[in-house]
Amino acid sequence: MSEATATHSDHPKRATAFIKDHTRAQWHDQALWFVRTKRDRAVDLVPEWQTLRETAAAIKAHTVARLPDYLEQFEANATAAGATVHWARNADEHNRIVLQLLQRHRVSRIVKSKSMLTEECHLNPFLEQHGIEVTDTDLGERIVQLRKEPPSHIVLPAIHLKKEDVGDTFSEHLGTPKGLSDPQQLTEAARLHLREKFMQAEAGITGVNFAIAESGGIVVCTNEGNADLGCSLPRLHIACMGIEKLIPRIADLGVFTRLLARSATGQPITSYTSHFHGPQKGGELHIVMVDNGRTQIRQSDDYRRSLACIRCGACMNTCPVYRRSGGHSYGSTVPGPIGSILSPSSDPAAHRSLPFACTLCGSCTDVCPVKIDLHHQLLTWRKDLASLGLVAWTKRFSMVIASFVMARPWLYRMAGTWGKRIGRWLPRALLMKGPAAWMNPWVRSRELPPLPAASFREMFRKRSRTKE
Amino acid sequence: MSARDEILANLRKLNLAVPMLPTLDADWVRFDKPVEQFATMCTAVGGTVVPVPDKKAAIATISALPVIRDAKRVCSFARDILAGNVDLDAESDPHDLETLDVTLAEAILGVAENGALWFDSTFISQRTALFIAQHVVLVVTKETIVHNMHEAYARITSPRPGYGVFVAGPSKTADIEQSLVIGAHGARSATVLVVG
Repeated sequence: MSEATATHSDHPKRATAFIKDHTRAQWHDQALWFVRTKRDRAVDLVPEWQTLRETAAAIKAHTVARLPDYLEQFEANATAAGATVHWARNADEHNRIVLQLLQRHRVSRIVKSKSMLTEECHLNPFLEQHGIEVTDTDLGERIVQLRKEPPSHIVLPAIHLKKEDVGDTFSEHLGTPKGLSDPQQLTEAARLHLREKFMQAEAGITGVNFAIAESGGIVVCTNEGNADLGCSLPRLHIACMGIEKLIPRIADLGVFTRLLARSATGQPITSYTSHFHGPQKGGELHIVMVDNGRTQIRQSDDYRRSLACIRCGACMNTCPVYRRSGGHSYGSTVPGPIGSILSPSSDPAAHRSLPFACTLCGSCTDVCPVKIDLHHQLLTWRKDLASLGLVAWTKRFSMVIASFVMARPWLYRMAGTWGKRIGRWLPRALLMKGPAAWMNPWVRSRELPPLPAASFREMFRKRSRTKE
Repeated sequence: MSARDEILANLRKLNLAVPMLPTLDADWVRFDKPVEQFATMCTAVGGTVVPVPDKKAAIATISALPVIRDAKRVCSFARDILAGNVDLDAESDPHDLETLDVTLAEAILGVAENGALWFDSTFISQRTALFIAQHVVLVVTKETIVHNMHEAYARITSPRPGYGVFVAGPSKTADIEQSLVIGAHGARSATVLVVG
């Protein structure tokens, strides 16, 4: 595939647009770092945090290995509890199942709580095409829905927006006074607006945080209470989940509920952790289980562990690249480190820039509550993209030069010595501007460090001599 | 082949070594004073904690709460404490609860590590009431407070029948510029009476 014709989500290009507004980019960085510090404070209060992480990782590794068995067990128990389980190979099948259910119940208005799976499947536009009004009820999701934007973060969908932006959006769509930007008042306006939607809805769609094989139950975590309102007022509740959401036992929830909210926002637990075993009286509960590429990820020894992800978003909050480039730069439903692993699995060509949107600093791996080796998998992706021929020629070319030089110590020494000398003589413009800046993006917004008088090698030699 | 059979067959094509499912008997956190810890965490998650010596005192305290005094419609799942004035049976349309001011409920257990309270459909016949009310007043008995979530799930064993929920404080959001706002969709306040 040639560079010019490929349509792919070019992270560097989108990030360039994001950082143009320097103050705003800095604010975004700080807002997410604030969430990271809240996480740290919550985690520090749990003495057995590392044991929890190890246990969670072990439960997930076991579950993924026995996934078909647990899916069958879950289906049997959920059915026994009165729910109806549906299976979907891909996004298209998922969307059709949901539409059929809604049509069968003659539903024209639904409320939906946060579900990254339905984002991944692009359910909203599909249902809207078929004349169904979809209202996202999570405040952040409602904000971005009104703005016709995708969420920029999986837990904090509107983290890229300032309160003035939300004020403008609400003034346009909800009729709040122009210039109103107080979060308290804006939230109140959304509460009143969404109450109406809850009362009118004929069905509620939720995501699933955990599905329990031994009991056939599903667990949904929210802070706002929107999932519970949305699936208890209407008679029809549709819960959409990826097949990796399974856990074997009810007792496993003890581990995961302790990890999830602390990792996500620094709360000790979400305001509401709801457990559904079968439908409410007189209602229906449908659970749609979706593969959509998960089986394929499971086949890879390198990326299988990414299926352990519980979607807490901690890897995004800590990622220096995510914080400074914004979620929309990733051009994928799940951004940040975990998204940069999951997205290329479904379409390596389209998402080939993502594994490079990473400094390999390893901070994501440190905070991941289920111990996914995120930065290792990102590095592996770079190798895989190279063998698929999906790495830009500039990166390939510089690697060829680098390995040629590094394989020849005499050349490496010479390049160092002469590089230092020439570097000092050359005018700054030649190193920092024009073709230099084109070839080396690093210097576009940074000064070069002063060139040292002596190389490490020279200093070491001198030091050894004086010691003798 | 159906989607179900195809997904299962594809998953079974790969025979993975199965690592052990870990036992969950580590030394999970315990507190010297679990009730105090519960009160601290409950406050931290936005609840207002009111300690009362016994049920009788709870009745007096609840009747005097401003949210109760100002309420027109009160729904009670703890009728021995307060009768309420909304007739609740599971068959009634939950939409009728739109104008509910307060819901009162007694928790099955409380969790010290995070201030959460457990309710399930054995006592909550109409779950919408917990979320649609403007305010909630929740009661927990000291003896039912456990140290951590592992103990909580051990007590619950099977969160059946139907529906169960951990509630930690009022409804909240920080979706606008990370500013914490209490009262997103659900309760605007959660008063928690700790009895005993």
